[in-house]
Amino acid sequence: MQSTSPAFKANVTGALADAGLQKALTFTRPRFPERRAAAVAALPEFERLRDIGRDIKNHTLANLDFYLETWADNVEKSGGHVHWCSTADDARAAVLAICERVGAKTVTKGKSMISEELGINEHLEQHGIAPVETDLGEYILQLRGEGPSHIIAPAFHLNREDWEESFRKSHTDLPADRVFGERRDILVEARTILREKFLAADVGITGANFLIAETGSSVIVTNEGNGDLTQTLPRVHIVLASIEKVVPTLEDATSMLRLLARSATGQDFSVYTTFSTGARRPGDLDGPEEYHVVLIDNGRTGMIGTEFQDMLRCIRCSACMNHCPVYFTVGGHSYGWVYPGPMGSVLTPGLIGVEKAGHLPNASTFCGKCESVCPVKIPLPKLMRHWREREFERHLTPGAMRTNLAIWGWFARRPGLYRTATRLAAWGLGLLGRKRGRFASLPFAGNWTEGRDLPAPEGETFFARYAREQRNQA
Amino acid sequence: MSRADILGAIRRGLRRGALPDDQAMALRARLVGHPRHLVPARSQVPRPAQIALFIANVEKEFGTVARVASLDDVPAAIGDYLAAANLSTDFAMAPHPDLLGLNWDSRPMLTPRVGRAQGSDLVCLTQGYAGIAETGTLMLPATPERPTTLNLLGDVALVVLKASRVVGPYEDGWDLLRRELGMPRNVMLVTGPSRSADIESTLELGAHGPRNLHIVLVDDDPAAIG
Repeated sequence: MQSTSPAFKANVTGALADAGLQKALTFTRPRFPERRAAAVAALPEFERLRDIGRDIKNHTLANLDFYLETWADNVEKSGGHVHWCSTADDARAAVLAICERVGAKTVTKGKSMISEELGINEHLEQHGIAPVETDLGEYILQLRGEGPSHIIAPAFHLNREDWEESFRKSHTDLPADRVFGERRDILVEARTILREKFLAADVGITGANFLIAETGSSVIVTNEGNGDLTQTLPRVHIVLASIEKVVPTLEDATSMLRLLARSATGQDFSVYTTFSTGARRPGDLDGPEEYHVVLIDNGRTGMIGTEFQDMLRCIRCSACMNHCPVYFTVGGHSYGWVYPGPMGSVLTPGLIGVEKAGHLPNASTFCGKCESVCPVKIPLPKLMRHWREREFERHLTPGAMRTNLAIWGWFARRPGLYRTATRLAAWGLGLLGRKRGRFASLPFAGNWTEGRDLPAPEGETFFARYAREQRNQA
Repeated sequence: MSRADILGAIRRGLRRGALPDDQAMALRARLVGHPRHLVPARSQVPRPAQIALFIANVEKEFGTVARVASLDDVPAAIGDYLAAANLSTDFAMAPHPDLLGLNWDSRPMLTPRVGRAQGSDLVCLTQGYAGIAETGTLMLPATPERPTTLNLLGDVALVVLKASRVVGPYEDGWDLLRRELGMPRNVMLVTGPSRSADIESTLELGAHGPRNLHIVLVDDDPAAIG
């Protein structure tokens, strides 16, 4: 997928002015946190399960070579095939080779973020094979030629009128005067059209939420059942999975699954959690005749052993973006690549380079909400700060910002001077703003005061008050 | 070759070569022993409460349950359900001995067709391998007697489940599976009927899979009847 991350600031300006997007963001914003909070409250062990989830992933990453080899051996033993792919190019070629060998004309697809990373749809289309997205949200985005704006609710930025318009434009063999009275009518139309696609497809491509070393299985989680139809009906099932998806055993996967749905949608468990192990066996009346896993690195091994290794624990639940004030102001497309929100702000620079994605780790208030809801306790603000440091070290930060940071840094390393300077500044500003109590504009801070007023400082500085209260307690 | 490249890159990151034998042995022992982690207390209750929890969780997720005294009562329960919902009495049925052995002629209108499901089937009946009380989840492994398509293609998914096969947590289900079937080609854990919230973040039932999930729970376990 092409990145527009370097144009983050322009993307944001557009997003803030997009009334339809802002309507969808405002509507959805309270819903994710409410649902997660209810699910978490109903499971007293949830906090302890987060520690367990973090530990399982850390254990697996520390032994990732061993678990991947064990998993791959078990895939082969169960009659499946593993295609090891270092790059996105390798992975696209592997998928295409399988599709061409079996003479595929159409391919159905379950929802998969790594397939967005690879741009698999464009690649298949260029070679005369028609990919059909079957997740309801991904389906309408394919009709509209858009990318997902969220990792589990890819089309929530659209409103009902957008759905109706796209369906009328695309489903031209249906009566033009049909009525979409409620959301259900949209759903029924998509179900009917996609049912034919499921039955006609030659190959089904899904992602994987987990790979299991013990059994050589891949796991997908859906609510619609589209992933299951995709992997059950065609002759060939191809799984796209990145290397960090592996966990050791069914018990390990189970502990992760207890965290996943609660963190994502606030369900106790998703509707369909399905474990696939190899191809159709003797006597089976259905299921694919071939089972392939395209195992993808695409930059992830470069994070192992660095301060960003923690990011490889991510299980793509979306809790971080669901609770992020920045994400719910600018929407997912502003981030400019596959992964938005806090997890995207850490992962994207790692995969496409900080020189392209440097704006993303800067687009955070560091409020810390993301880390507090992460099911595997990834220290997202800390990792964003590491990217800011790397950006600074490589002189990618704009000149004015570097100068200001240098000035601030000079003072901050001299605490006595720093306190005196801030006391003087606070006193001066307080004096100047005594009449109105706030400033509508300030020199050097025009961008900031454009959207709000700065309250005039009153009373003592934080340090002075802190010192006084320490003295009083003593 | 990519396999060697990827494994080499991982080892470079971890600053070591292939795992020494003793460490690999310890990891193999962990795989064989597959230890359980923390299992939530909610499902670790006496049998009758476990069954009640299973039913409550199925209903919470928009599934329905009819409880019958024996397998012989299943055709009547299914006939009643289909009649009440004004649904077709033709249905696709899993070739499972429990279902094949039933007297379907006891309800003259019911006409099961034994086999996998086709795209045109409105009602499908399968045999539930196990139920997981923790979240009201059905465990449906693919075997020659339980085709996967029966779980997916119908508008209505009917499942016959014996109460003796309802366990507390998922881990108990995995132990049953390891003991009896190994790891089948496909294992579906199903919690309620198909749904989507992709249109305006609002839940609608019946996305691509069944709109209704109805479980006929057979009380074959005296200890489970409270």
